[in-house]
Amino acid sequence: MNRLSLNLRAAVVSLLLLVCFLGIWELATDAASVGGSSAGLTAEEIEYQQMMGKNPGAEKTAGVPGPLAVARASWGHLSDPFYDKGPNDKGIGVQLGHSLARVAAGYLLAMVVAIPLGFLIGMSPLMRKALDPFVQVLKPISPLAWMPLALYALKDSDVSGIFVIFICSIWPMLINTAFGVAAVKRDWLNVASTLEVSPLRKAFQVILPAAAPTILTGMRISMGIAWLVIVAAEMLVGGTGIGYFVWNEWNNLSLTNVIFAVLVIGVVGMLLDLMFAQLQKAVTYVE
Amino acid sequence: MWSDTSVRQSTALAAHAAPVAAATEKASPMSGFLKVEQLAKAYQADKPVFADVSFAIDQGEFVCIIGHSGCGKTTILNVLAGLDTATSGNCFMDGREISGPSLERGVVFQSHALMPWLTVRQNIAFAVKSRWPEWSKAQINQQVEKHVAMVGLLPAIDKKPSQLSGGMKQRVGIARAFAISPKMLLLDEPFGALDALTRGTIQDELMAIVRETHQTVFMITHDVDEAILLADRILLMTNGQETDQGYRPGGMAEVVVNPLPRSRTRAQLHHLDGYYDLRNHIVDFLVSRAKAH
Repeated sequence: MNRLSLNLRAAVVSLLLLVCFLGIWELATDAASVGGSSAGLTAEEIEYQQMMGKNPGAEKTAGVPGPLAVARASWGHLSDPFYDKGPNDKGIGVQLGHSLARVAAGYLLAMVVAIPLGFLIGMSPLMRKALDPFVQVLKPISPLAWMPLALYALKDSDVSGIFVIFICSIWPMLINTAFGVAAVKRDWLNVASTLEVSPLRKAFQVILPAAAPTILTGMRISMGIAWLVIVAAEMLVGGTGIGYFVWNEWNNLSLTNVIFAVLVIGVVGMLLDLMFAQLQKAVTYVE
Repeated sequence: MWSDTSVRQSTALAAHAAPVAAATEKASPMSGFLKVEQLAKAYQADKPVFADVSFAIDQGEFVCIIGHSGCGKTTILNVLAGLDTATSGNCFMDGREISGPSLERGVVFQSHALMPWLTVRQNIAFAVKSRWPEWSKAQINQQVEKHVAMVGLLPAIDKKPSQLSGGMKQRVGIARAFAISPKMLLLDEPFGALDALTRGTIQDELMAIVRETHQTVFMITHDVDEAILLADRILLMTNGQETDQGYRPGGMAEVVVNPLPRSRTRAQLHHLDGYYDLRNHIVDFLVSRAKAH
């Protein structure tokens, strides 16, 4: 076993854990459905209930669905992801698309504001001290707390969702950019000075690449937070998106679809993070 | 005699001014190409680190400055580079006052200060582009390759600094400083962080390049042999200190003219007549008179 590489061994353990988890899940949900609504009734009792207009056998199972049911539902969703049959019935791909578009819009807006502002704060001790109280007060506010104000002021649920993403992803980017810019080595700035490099060229060719790894770290944290917040925001504003899908399926009492959506949110979040990890790798330098 | 211990710097200077520079700088009223007048730096107003520092450097001259840590060598160099300001006094180069950083003065930093996200080629091209923004890519590349070849690093031209040894990085720093064809070179203890063998090799290379290009150089060093090998004149600095008569700021104690022939090399340096007298004199100064804290 020791001869196998660490990665391979880790993969084997991961797989075993997954199998254990699925097995326990299946067993637990089986037990729940045994105690379902039609169990423990005599034939007469069932007949009586049917005459009363109820159908105990055909009722939705009261328990949590098992992994097989979720897998079947997932296959159904994934094999036709882009259909659109009205406001309450859209494919999972369409819903994800709406969520990702909102995240992208809010996130890009945040970038446009946070990175230049971070440069300013990082380069000017005066601005750092002047803006610090605002940042400290605004940063800990839950992004969803802005929602009522956003809905009232912007009068559009879609734009409000984008605003909430904007306000939650701005802080890590702003703080990391300011920190990265302030921490650029004195030597590199001295080189730029002795070469009489123009301020703009210095910003883009010395400070930006020097601070890029720190800025990217902030952007990665921001993206993680944005993806957390979009689900909650869409549950509130409704209409479209993966968060609305979860809420809608909960109202339909379709736990199978809720579990499927939860898994999708996790996988998409992971992919977004991987993307930023790659970007981070590209701008990291060894001293 | 190669040293005049009793005379302060300002009077010693006139005697050393090279006739060559005096002839070429007719328009300038000053004798030296670089002239430092009554420079002082104080972080506490009543206790300046150094005061009344005056010296001049002629065109094509190699001048080293030696002193213990904290005597203000690096501050003087930074003032000359335009990266720092003095509390009082003036510096002139080529008849113009130094008031900020300039492409006329190339600086080699102690920590090489290469940008780690750029390759050797890009690091030097960055400097060349700053000097001649109108140049074409081919012109820039030619200038870069010429100077990388000068320090013998063509095989490593497309490597990142992290892939180079300490000596190679410092060579790139030197090539970058030369690549902008500055009127003067300022070296801040460029070999301080290198091992003795590498240091020797790069000293030889630097000396060869300077002799060939007739570059004017001002260099900080801690290494007495390095100063004797490279410098035409060696400036000795004292630290500021408390005496019975009160605080005495640091300053230029003595200017030593190197009497050894300019053709000296590292290999035969210690066989030359006068080498040991010169070395003993500087070491004695550092041990007994420079007064480190």
